[in-house]
Amino acid sequence: MTDVKLSDVSGPYFGEYGGRYVPEALIAALDELDTEFRKAADDPEFAAELQRLHREYTGRPSALTEVQRFAAHAGGARVFLKREDLNHTGSHKINNVLGQALLVKRMGKKRLIAETGAGQHGVATATAAALMDLECVVYMGEEDTRRQALNVARMRLLGAEVVPVKIGSRTLKDAINEALRDWVANVETTHYLLGTVTGPHPFPEMVRQFHRIIGEEAREQLLERAGRLPDVVAACVGGGSNALGIFNAFLDDKGVELRGFEAGGEGIESGRHAARFSGGALGVLHGARSYLLQDDDGQTLPSHSVSAGLDYPSVGPAHAWLHDLGRATYEPVTDDEAMEAFRLLCRTEGIIPAIESAHALAGAMRVGKAAAAEGRTGPDGEPLLILVNLSGRGDKDVATAARWFGLLDEGVATEELERQEGRG
Amino acid sequence: MSTVTEPATGPQTGSSTSDLIARLREQENRPALVGYLPVGYPTVDRSVEALKTLIDHGTDIIELGVPYTDPVLDGPVIQAAAQGALDAGARVRDVFRVVRELTEYAPHVPVLVMTYWNPVLKYGADAFARDLAAAGSAGLITPDLIPDEAADWLAASEAHGLDRVFLVAPSSTTERLRLTVGASRGFVYAASLMGVTGERNQVGSRAEQLVADTRAAGAVNVCVGLGVSTGAQAAQVGRFADGVIVGSAMVRPLLSDGPLTEDEWTARLRNLAEVTEDLAAGVRSARATAPTDTPAAVAPGGATTSGEAP
Repeated sequence: MTDVKLSDVSGPYFGEYGGRYVPEALIAALDELDTEFRKAADDPEFAAELQRLHREYTGRPSALTEVQRFAAHAGGARVFLKREDLNHTGSHKINNVLGQALLVKRMGKKRLIAETGAGQHGVATATAAALMDLECVVYMGEEDTRRQALNVARMRLLGAEVVPVKIGSRTLKDAINEALRDWVANVETTHYLLGTVTGPHPFPEMVRQFHRIIGEEAREQLLERAGRLPDVVAACVGGGSNALGIFNAFLDDKGVELRGFEAGGEGIESGRHAARFSGGALGVLHGARSYLLQDDDGQTLPSHSVSAGLDYPSVGPAHAWLHDLGRATYEPVTDDEAMEAFRLLCRTEGIIPAIESAHALAGAMRVGKAAAAEGRTGPDGEPLLILVNLSGRGDKDVATAARWFGLLDEGVATEELERQEGRG
Repeated sequence: MSTVTEPATGPQTGSSTSDLIARLREQENRPALVGYLPVGYPTVDRSVEALKTLIDHGTDIIELGVPYTDPVLDGPVIQAAAQGALDAGARVRDVFRVVRELTEYAPHVPVLVMTYWNPVLKYGADAFARDLAAAGSAGLITPDLIPDEAADWLAASEAHGLDRVFLVAPSSTTERLRLTVGASRGFVYAASLMGVTGERNQVGSRAEQLVADTRAAGAVNVCVGLGVSTGAQAAQVGRFADGVIVGSAMVRPLLSDGPLTEDEWTARLRNLAEVTEDLAAGVRSARATAPTDTPAAVAPGGATTSGEAP
């Protein structure tokens, strides 16, 4: 591993993490996907087509925005946001979805399945399916379909079938189980378009590859705008795709500190959180060996977060590896801290972030304030430079925020809000 | 975490499971009936009663399920029972207790434990193997552990003399069949179709070819599971398989939304006994009535339908 750059490490293992803990029935399809992915990676036509879609459909490169008024609440650091919220469909998810959908076309499969929590990945998948004329089925926990009714409608508008999952905790974890069951039965005609950097090999590596553009663009943009690399890169970590996407370009820059922020929910001591690196241990879920929230018997524990996108009991194996290497650090941000950062970005910059991304903003505030307290600066006494991945926009979270902050006049649509109130 | 590139050379014979399958083949000219129930559904004590019912009514090998929160290879029936067991407080340590009770009750019946990998990983593969062997279990069936990822389990099962039953599927390549057969001991579990556990009207048309391919890859004993639910289907599969594995059809009689009275439970056990006897008769008639022609698919209730095109 000494000769391989951290940013180019390939699966199936990231250190002792990753692998393929799935039924044998899926191995042939995973091998086919792996082969096709590697062929595509060497094919200039594939790269050109994906680049064209990024430019003409998604709207890449996404902007880099310096947020001075927000930064005043971050110990006086300079803060730049990588604006993945400005992508088509409103988050970074589209990068991976378009990449995988192009692979699906190459493999000649006609049907996509996907899991979704709050609906962001489901909407992105339904979007790609519409664009590329593929059948699309999205599995979504029944709880989430109820709380994210508008995203269900969006997916249906785009032509996808949304299947409410009524077993287990009825949330994201169970949606993935159901998608895996569908895949086992239909693997010869169907591609499982997994939405994050977990699952069996090659998903963790492949999804990282499709998101590495986030960090590569940001690195170039920041060098141009600030004239140097960031001191700190901050990102929220659910499964970990946006974080790995932005971290990857800086993994081999030893001076750049990489900070991941998990959902601390109601606090680690409450037991209601999704902080795998604080409250989890080595385990296997959904095909990958990683950190996992589990009980003494190895049963998966329910996670909790105000943001559905971070509400997942495991984490991508590459993050487990980076954690153990000490190359990246991971710490929890509570619901309260995230919502405060959410409010602050709205009020200081006119940007409504996804609540997921607000965890990264809260993390940046924490880092900036701690640096100020310690008298830490950038090189030559320059202000600390913090790059934050603003992974998604917060339109989907307006109902949650309205309830959280009590923004509606008494008696107005309370019932409707309660019905739609999502966890992100 | 090393990838297994060469087939392991573990013996496929010499376990109580493979000895029993061989004896049934040689002395009774029939396949084994392998019956599945999860530990702890509806309670641990009642699950023991149900498992004893399987044994009393003609099940040759017990497949004891460890309830797990995320059973990705199980359909709705077994999912519901696993969730019910967890809700009722079933613990991994109950598995050892139930194995002990069953092996004391019927020492001649091998008890294999079917578990997803994480509970074993959490317990520690070697400690799990040690406690399983001490309780008298024959070994493990691992639906989400492929030999490539099983270095710890290969070592632990070797150290404690346990069977390792890995799965093969219709999608398995020749190379993977060889790898899996080489790593297995006791028998190889052939999934009759691409899908999850559950009852189906027809046994997968690819089952027979998969069994033949698995034998060609070196397997001595190949048992077929997924979708076998009636005596007629058991007879059909039993013509070409060394064992017939039944899960959902045995779990279904026990499913209920709420607690059952003693009388209701007794009625469930009677129903389970009937299902088991039907399946036991199926495996016993499999070769006695075997025609030499292409097998026809048999629907529940005994109606014969034409087989799917090959």
